[in-house]
Amino acid sequence: MSEKTHPLRKYMRPQVKKTTFCPGCGAGIITQALLRAIDELGLTMDDFVFVSGIGCSAWIPSPLLNADTLHTTHGRPIAYASGVKMGLPDKHVVVVSGDGDLSAIGGNHLIHAARRNIDMTVILVNNGIYGMTGGQTAPTTPYGLTTITSPYGNAEQEFDISALVVAAGGSYVARWTTYHPRQMTKSIKKAIQKKGFAMIEAITQCPMQFGRVSKQGSAVNMLKNYKQNGIRIEKAAKMDPSELQGKIVEGVFVDCDKPELISSVAALQRRTGGKE
Amino acid sequence: MSEARRVNTGTHFMMGNQACAEGVIAAGCGFAAGYPITPASEVFNALAKQLPKAGGTLLQTEDEISAVCTAVGASWAGLKSFTVTSGPGISLMQENIGLAVATETPLVIVDVQRLGPSTGVPSIGMAGDMVQVARGSHGDYQIIALCPESPQEMFDMTVQAFNLAEEYRVPVFVMAEGFVGHMRERVVIPDESEIRLVYRKITQGGEPLTRRDFLDPEVASMPVFGRGLKTHVTSSCHDEYGMRNLSDPDVMHRYIMTPIQKILSKRDRIVEIEADYEGAKLVLISYGVVSRASRQAAAMARAEGLKVGTLRLKTAWPFPDKEVRAAAESADFILVLENNTGQMYPYIKAESAHACKVGFLGPQVLGQIHDPQYILAKIREIMK
Repeated sequence: MSEKTHPLRKYMRPQVKKTTFCPGCGAGIITQALLRAIDELGLTMDDFVFVSGIGCSAWIPSPLLNADTLHTTHGRPIAYASGVKMGLPDKHVVVVSGDGDLSAIGGNHLIHAARRNIDMTVILVNNGIYGMTGGQTAPTTPYGLTTITSPYGNAEQEFDISALVVAAGGSYVARWTTYHPRQMTKSIKKAIQKKGFAMIEAITQCPMQFGRVSKQGSAVNMLKNYKQNGIRIEKAAKMDPSELQGKIVEGVFVDCDKPELISSVAALQRRTGGKE
Repeated sequence: MSEARRVNTGTHFMMGNQACAEGVIAAGCGFAAGYPITPASEVFNALAKQLPKAGGTLLQTEDEISAVCTAVGASWAGLKSFTVTSGPGISLMQENIGLAVATETPLVIVDVQRLGPSTGVPSIGMAGDMVQVARGSHGDYQIIALCPESPQEMFDMTVQAFNLAEEYRVPVFVMAEGFVGHMRERVVIPDESEIRLVYRKITQGGEPLTRRDFLDPEVASMPVFGRGLKTHVTSSCHDEYGMRNLSDPDVMHRYIMTPIQKILSKRDRIVEIEADYEGAKLVLISYGVVSRASRQAAAMARAEGLKVGTLRLKTAWPFPDKEVRAAAESADFILVLENNTGQMYPYIKAESAHACKVGFLGPQVLGQIHDPQYILAKIREIMK
């Protein structure tokens, strides 16, 4: 009997036989979206360096993907990735990490990388909670939600990360839930091709932690919730903010071209005679 | 990079921090990251002007955490990498210095130390970070730290730090402080051909996760990114192949011990001292800028017929234990001089108290360099 192999298996390290994700986790959908994007662009894994931080979604590239992968400390992958990109301007540098990693402990690096407009793709996997450490409140946890560290309800407001990165200067920003993997794939392709800072905010289900504390339950229920509450940015723009309560605004938040850091640095090196 | 190195050969009257920047260029640095901080800023300021002309790039980061992380990232991209800061910046960098150690990343960090704790006094030099650079990140590890006493050594030791970092795949610190950073003195920069440079060994091919990229006491070749090596790097506990392993106690042991052994087993090649204590009853032990006062005091004491010698630790880490022991075993008294309240003193005492009496003398006022007369008074008191 011939063994069937997933068409995207060729992008994964042969030695890695399993993932670390819980049943129902959205990380698999996001991994597929990323690898389909690379596949459809006709790129090879040698065109990439993947960098991740700490948390469940940092395990999407590391050690799974058969490429150069750098698994770093909590919150810092964008800083490490900036150094990698400075040294390897011709490679696509992709950061995959979570909302806690990139918007809480590492929030400063996120906004400054966007401001610099360094050519980089960030896939910010947003599950609205700290999953790996057991269900603590994140900057992305909805107001009022009961979690392990907000047992009487979350008293804080949540981050709108896509809006934040648009304001900070990102060249391409899109948000999709795992209910929309095709749109997510298309946006990742755009992000990889974009000469500048690009972020995909991938809203994903964490049935083990978020599903439990939010009483949304299973992965299927959470995906149904994304289907019901997802709303396109074009439509949302015409709606009253009060109508958007509990909705997930999806789509492309910005897609523009402006001077990019690495090219600007190369230009000044040429100007000073340091580079041919 | 070498074709555009632009070594500033010649005899200069130069500030220590500028000499450090000249050393960075001469060493063939490809990437520098930094964040403004007194009394270190002049190094990065100079690099901002000179490094792009020499074919390198630099990034002024949003904080020192980012500075050390980008430098590590650039090192994995294959560049000789550098960052410079002062005590508060080192404090911020500590967690990711640990990553550099754990991932065996060549990296040079210059610490132009200042008076602390906390924000302290930015413009006053004090050797306040001597222990934190060696012990400040969590867990057990070994780094290399050099102690310049002059602008000349700010150049020499910066080049040397790059060579050591590249040779041993380890973060190397140049422990300057505000006084030597801001001191202006004669600096001789040799011809490019006379400056010895070391480049890391780079992995050539082989299957990822079956190559021994890490944990070799003889220093594994570095599987830098961008060459199709499909390298896996993690700062979490990993085996020789770079594969994360959080379950095998033997792997955990090797993950900690091998990078330590890598440095300690080469300590004879790394450690440098300057000894001038033959026949001395009392040996003054110091490092950095204090050594200048120490030599002067010893000369004055000898002129009075007192048998006083000096031992200067050019390397602080790995700790020159044998060299300190040898001095202690030849003398009756060791007097440790440091511009702090005694950071290296316990380490020196541990290697000398079995053989002779050991004392400590901080500066007359913390944050000032020892007055040779003040050291001499102490020598007279001890040798009375």
